[in-house]
Amino acid sequence: MGREKKKGKLRLCLELFWTFFKIGLMTFGGGAAMIPMIENQVVNKKKWLGMSDILNIVAVAESTPGPIAINTSTYVGYRVSGALGSACATLGCALPSFIIILVISFFYEAFMQFTPVINAFKGLNVAVILLLAIAVISLWQQMPHNSFTLVLFIVGFISYVLLSWFDLTFRFISLVFILAGLVIGVISEAFKVRKEKRA
Amino acid sequence: MIYWELFYTFFLIGLFTFGGGYAMIPLIEEQTLARGWATASELQDFIAISEITPGPFAVNISTFIGSQTAGIAGAACATIGVILPSFIIILIVAFILEKFIKNHWVEGALNGIKPIVIALILSTAFFFFVQLVFFGGNSVGSALSFDLKSLTLLLLLAGIYYGYYKTQKKRLNIIALLVLAAILGMLIYSVV
Repeated sequence: MGREKKKGKLRLCLELFWTFFKIGLMTFGGGAAMIPMIENQVVNKKKWLGMSDILNIVAVAESTPGPIAINTSTYVGYRVSGALGSACATLGCALPSFIIILVISFFYEAFMQFTPVINAFKGLNVAVILLLAIAVISLWQQMPHNSFTLVLFIVGFISYVLLSWFDLTFRFISLVFILAGLVIGVISEAFKVRKEKRA
Repeated sequence: MIYWELFYTFFLIGLFTFGGGYAMIPLIEEQTLARGWATASELQDFIAISEITPGPFAVNISTFIGSQTAGIAGAACATIGVILPSFIIILIVAFILEKFIKNHWVEGALNGIKPIVIALILSTAFFFFVQLVFFGGNSVGSALSFDLKSLTLLLLLAGIYYGYYKTQKKRLNIIALLVLAAILGMLIYSVV
């Protein structure tokens, strides 16, 4: 009986691995782009979880550190089949990327010898600036807008640009900025709580 | 050792990424440039390739930098490094702390982190722009060289993206934008 159960679990893990392998292979851009794929595979096809579970999982994935795609895979895997399930789902999700990029990276330098390729990449470098600007806009729309977040954003931007411009940065300066944001956020929450208690 | 350095650098990057793939670009830029793993222009190539190919952006870019720096083993170290913090944190959250996520303290912390992350991404975009258009792709402060072609291409792409959004009422697919940029790049930069 126990042996049967073990066998069933192993099969479930293999299925998780394969399902997330397909999701990883068919997702472009990661994170939010993954949700329709997960819905299709995990909710509709395999019926492992309901759509409300998935939305809940994505909400957690977005508010914990780390790439959203990896957080989501790990959590779905866990909900379906525990810690082993989360390992299988995460590895499955990462593996197609890993293989594809590895192959591309082997040819990258050889390809960069040709003028048309170099020119195409020059165009892509320009587009990356636009991509970052687009990311700023969509993250901005998801952020709560009030004087607190606005001031943090402006002060953060100006101080980071000034430090970088005059070459006053050090290797972990971004981490320090993020940690500062975390601490300031918690302190402001503490003030809010105190104010509410007094009222 | 390079493998250990790749692993712990990407472990830290994964640990401090809030808000998906793009949120990690400022961190990656800072680390890879300082450690000499890539130049700014190579990094922009990696970003474009990671965006065009399938799979999570975070895994793509980590694999790419790891592979360019130290081959297959390097790619494995960087990728495992970037995945591991997520994996551990999500397991902890799933085991005991799911309610903790909806806690107002976590919300407060995220309210502080989000504007900073957006500011960092905007700073990165700003420096990529200034370096490309005014310093010939080199770091700020090196010899000035104005690049009219790149500026034209950027304005053209931004115009197309905005025009598409205004007329079609939806955002232009990022892959389509990148393919367009590559084709226009081939045309614009080959004209002397």
